[in-house]
Amino acid sequence: MSEYLFLLLSTVLVNNVVLVKFLGLCPFMGISKKMDTALSMGLATTFVITFTTAGAWLLEHWLLMPLGLEYLRILTYILAIAAVVQFTEMVIRKTAPALYQVLGIYLPLITTNCAVLGLPLLNVQEKNSFIVSLIGAFGASVGFTLVLVLFAGLRERLALAKASPTFAGTPLAFITAGLLALTFMGFAGLVPH
Amino acid sequence: MIAALTSLTILGAFLGLVLGIAARVFKVEGNPLTAELIAILPGSQCGQCGFPGCAGAAQALAEGRAPVTLCPPGGRAVALALAAKLGTEVNLAGMKDAVPMMAEVQEEICIGCTRCFKVCPTDAIVGAAQQIHSVFREACTACGKCEEVCPTESIKLQPILVTLQSWRWHKPVEAA
Repeated sequence: MSEYLFLLLSTVLVNNVVLVKFLGLCPFMGISKKMDTALSMGLATTFVITFTTAGAWLLEHWLLMPLGLEYLRILTYILAIAAVVQFTEMVIRKTAPALYQVLGIYLPLITTNCAVLGLPLLNVQEKNSFIVSLIGAFGASVGFTLVLVLFAGLRERLALAKASPTFAGTPLAFITAGLLALTFMGFAGLVPH
Repeated sequence: MIAALTSLTILGAFLGLVLGIAARVFKVEGNPLTAELIAILPGSQCGQCGFPGCAGAAQALAEGRAPVTLCPPGGRAVALALAAKLGTEVNLAGMKDAVPMMAEVQEEICIGCTRCFKVCPTDAIVGAAQQIHSVFREACTACGKCEEVCPTESIKLQPILVTLQSWRWHKPVEAA
């Protein structure tokens, strides 16, 4: 049990998908202007990543490996990801039209979020079991949500700060992202190997 | 080869089936009238009607919250088309002349500040910093946004004068 807890902690903080592995930077800069949209985007991505990782594991071990079709891995994963994203989009459009409007183009663009494809591929590379893959993916997407919300909070405050016109706006956001990544390096010794 | 083909085909068909069923289950009842009204409006999202873009204006029209004369760039032709679609009376008294207008740059006083260039919703203005700007006749919808931001009042809406080069047959809608 403690092993899984450490795994979760390691994927959320130590090996954070955005700030340490540098995956999923597009929504990290794109949807982090407001706290509530950042949170919703994080939740939608969490849903997609967790489901696609589970689906990708099953596809890998039940379809690709028995038939020796490992060379079709990326194609198959993309197919599964696109289907899950479409499904998420339909559900959000039905249940939360306001959120659908706010997320706009970034919702279908979860398909091309490299974290969504990257996590299943990393799981295959490390030969993880189903449970470990699932917990790892969930932890990584929680880490993604956490970083997105933290960064949105910082940017909300930065928007009101007196910055020199050279740095105001996006340049300041990039610098802040760099400082945040440095801060997350401080978690490196948290989980024993 | 065969295994790859069949497995991907079956996977694709299965996912397509699931999405097809989900599309029925999670169907959003959109107002079909709104889509038709969006098609009539110019679609340049200039916001002069006070609604967030043409989709917002179409929704307000469909719910009866806005008059059919709300669209300044669309002018008389759009107002008439909207009134015909909604089956309402149209009062054109408030509309300006139906003369087609376009933005024109007075080159003597243009300072090349690029402000009009940045606000143009249809990318009808060409130019760069410190260069005199110019307007594409074909792309300009005469929305008037450039007129508001110009610091030297050098860009103004002018009626398009019909010349031998620019004369065309009327469109059937306008002729009728």
